[in-house]
Amino acid sequence: MTLIAGKRTFRELNADIRTALETQNTVCVESVNGQRYIGSGLDAGKSIVLHGTPGNDMGAYLNGGKIEVFGNGQEAIGNTMNGGEIVVHGHVGDTLGYAMRDGAVFVEKRAGSRAGIHMKEFRQMQPVVVIGGVVGAFLGEYMAGGTLVVLGLGNPQNLPLVGAHCATGMHGGRIFLRGAFSQENISENIAVRELTVDDRAELERHVKTYCAYFGADEAEILDVPFHKLEPLTARPYANLYTPN
Amino acid sequence: MAYQPHHNWTPQAQKEILKQARTGGVLLSGMSNNKPYPIYWDKMLLNASQVTNPSIDPLREPMEIRTYLGRKPAKLEFHADGSLKTKLEPQVQLETPILFSAMSFGSISLNAQKSLAMAAKKLGTLFNTGEGGLHPALAEYKDCAVVQVASGRFGVHKEYLENSRFIEIKIGQGAKPGIGGHLPGEKVTVEVSHARMIPEGSDAISPAPHHDIYSIEDLRQLIWSLKEVTQYKKPVAVKIAAVHNCSAIVSGVARAGADIIVMDGFRGGTGAAPTRIRDNVGIPIELALAAVDQRLREECIRNSVSLVVSGSFRNSADIVKAIALGADAVSIATAPLIAMGCHMCQQCHTGKCNWGIATQRPELVSRLDPEKMHLRVVNLVQAWNHEIKEMLGGMGLNSIDSLRGNRLMLRGVGLRERELEILGIAHAGQ
Ligand code: SF4
Repeated sequence: MTLIAGKRTFRELNADIRTALETQNTVCVESVNGQRYIGSGLDAGKSIVLHGTPGNDMGAYLNGGKIEVFGNGQEAIGNTMNGGEIVVHGHVGDTLGYAMRDGAVFVEKRAGSRAGIHMKEFRQMQPVVVIGGVVGAFLGEYMAGGTLVVLGLGNPQNLPLVGAHCATGMHGGRIFLRGAFSQENISENIAVRELTVDDRAELERHVKTYCAYFGADEAEILDVPFHKLEPLTARPYANLYTPN
Repeated sequence: MAYQPHHNWTPQAQKEILKQARTGGVLLSGMSNNKPYPIYWDKMLLNASQVTNPSIDPLREPMEIRTYLGRKPAKLEFHADGSLKTKLEPQVQLETPILFSAMSFGSISLNAQKSLAMAAKKLGTLFNTGEGGLHPALAEYKDCAVVQVASGRFGVHKEYLENSRFIEIKIGQGAKPGIGGHLPGEKVTVEVSHARMIPEGSDAISPAPHHDIYSIEDLRQLIWSLKEVTQYKKPVAVKIAAVHNCSAIVSGVARAGADIIVMDGFRGGTGAAPTRIRDNVGIPIELALAAVDQRLREECIRNSVSLVVSGSFRNSADIVKAIALGADAVSIATAPLIAMGCHMCQQCHTGKCNWGIATQRPELVSRLDPEKMHLRVVNLVQAWNHEIKEMLGGMGLNSIDSLRGNRLMLRGVGLRERELEILGIAHAGQ
C-alpha cells in the first residue's frame, strides 16, 4: 500500500500509517515533506518505506520494526530506539540514535553532531550505528554500550572523520573508526586500540550489511586500517564524590 | 591545642574542609536543603468563615477534593441536547490533591517503592517511578504509576510509556537544579539493572541537560514524540526545578505542549546531591508558585496546563496554602518516607539506610514490609485529606476547586511589602 504524505500534518499522516499497518505489514509513503515522528514505536514485523525527507524523531522509540528511507533524514532519528532497523539512503542530521538500546541504524552518507549519545546495551541488546560518511562533533558522548562505526567514505571536502569532543564521558561500548583521524578530537580517558579478532569479526559483519544496502565495495572498505575507541575506565566519575 | 569554638568557622565548616582536603571529592549529601532559609508556609495564615458565609461541616456535608490533572480547554461547547461537544484532552482523575513524587528504584528500595505503589492504589492517587524504569514486580500498579523520562532514558521503551497514568519528562529537580543524576555502579544490583536496562554494576549517568534539548522547540519535540508513541492517550508532564526565572520557563514549557508542569522547590529531597548545590541553588517553592501562577494567568494560558508543586510539604496546612496560591496538586516524598520509618539522618547517599528505604542491601531492604508500611502511608494521606476538608469547610468552601488560586484566603504575617507583592497576598489585618 502506498500513501502520499505531501503537505499533510504529521498527526494525520502517522494516524494513517498506523491504520494501514493494522491490516498489513508494509507501508510505502511517497513525497514525505518533513513530517515528524514517522514510525515512532513501530513494532517488530512491521516496516515503512519512505520516499522524500522525513522530519525529526523518525523511528523514535522504535520497537523492532524497520524503516527504510530513500532520501535524507533529519534530526533525532532512532531516538531512544529499543530494537529494529533504520536504513537511510542519504545523509542524516543531528542526535542520531540518542540513547538507543538495541537494533541497528545504517546511514549511507554523513551524520551531523551528537550521533550515538547515551547509546547503551543490556544483555543481548546490542545497538549498532554505521555511518558511511564523516560525522560531526560529540560522537558517542556519554556512550554506555553498543557499537558505532564511522567509515568516512565519499569525503571530497576532506572533512575530519569525527568532529571535536568525540566520546566525551564515554563509559561503555566501542567506536570503530576507518582510516586517519585527528587525535585532538578524541576526548581524554579514551583508549585508541587495535581491533581484536572478535572486534574485526563484528566490524566485518556490519560492513557487509552496509554494502548490501548501499552497494559499496566491501573489500575496498576493509582494506583501510580501522581503530577502536573504548573507555579507559567504566567508572569515569567513581572518585568524584566524597560522602558528607 | 583543643579546637576553640568559632561563630563563623563552625565544627561542620571545618569538618567539611578536612574531608575535601583528604579526598579531593565533591561533598555529597542526602535528603534536602538543611539551611535555615525562610519557610514562607509559616508566614501565611488561612481564612475562616464567621457569621455571614457560614462554615461547612465536612462530617455532614459532601466535600469535594477530587482533582483532575491535564490540559483544560479555553472554553466548552455543547450540543443542543446538552452533551459536551468540545473534545477533552486526556485527564487524570485523583481522589486527593496529593501525589507521591518521583523516587527511582535504585535511589530507594523496591520495598519502599512498592509501599508507595500500594498506598497510591488504595488512595486513588499516583506514585512515580523516577528515572529508574518500572520493575516487573510493580507492573500490577501501572494504572497508578507516573513514569519518568530523563536525560539517560533508562528503562524507557514503548511498553514502559504505555504502562503509566501519565509520562513525566524530568528536566530538573529541586534538590539539585542544573545538575544531573548519577547512580553509582555499586547501587546497580541485578534487580536495579533489570529495571534500568543497563549492565549490572555500571554507572547510570543522567547528565544535567538532555543532550537533545537545547531550547523550548527541542522540548516540544520530545513532548510530542511521547504523545505520538502513546497515541495521545497519556498526558505529558514536564518537571523543572524552581529557579530564578521559572515563570518565563514555565510559560515556554506550557506553550511547548506540556499538559502538566511539576515544579520542585529548593527544599525538595533527593537520594544524593552535592551538598553545596542542595543547600544553595534554587528558590522557595512558595514564591516560585505564586510567580508562575500569576504569569500563566496574565498570559491567559493557565487553563492549558495543570500545576503540581513539590519540595517539602510537611503537613496538610502547607498543602492548603499551596492550592490557595495556585497549585492544582502537590506531590510529597519525604513525608511518606518518614511515615515508613525514615529518621532524617540524611545519609541516603551512603546506601546504608537502616529503615530499608534508601538502600539496596537485602538485609536492610527486608526490614521494610510493604504490607505494613503502605498502610501507614495510607493513614497519613487519609488524615491529611480530612484536615484539608476541615480547613476548606472552615473557609466556607465545599470544593477544592473553589480554593485553587484563591489568594484572598491567605494573609501574610511578618512579611515585607515585596514578599507580599510576589505572593500576591495581603498582610494580616488588611
Ligand atoms: S533514614 Fe534512610 S531515607 Fe531517611 S534520611 Fe536516613 S538514609 Fe535517608
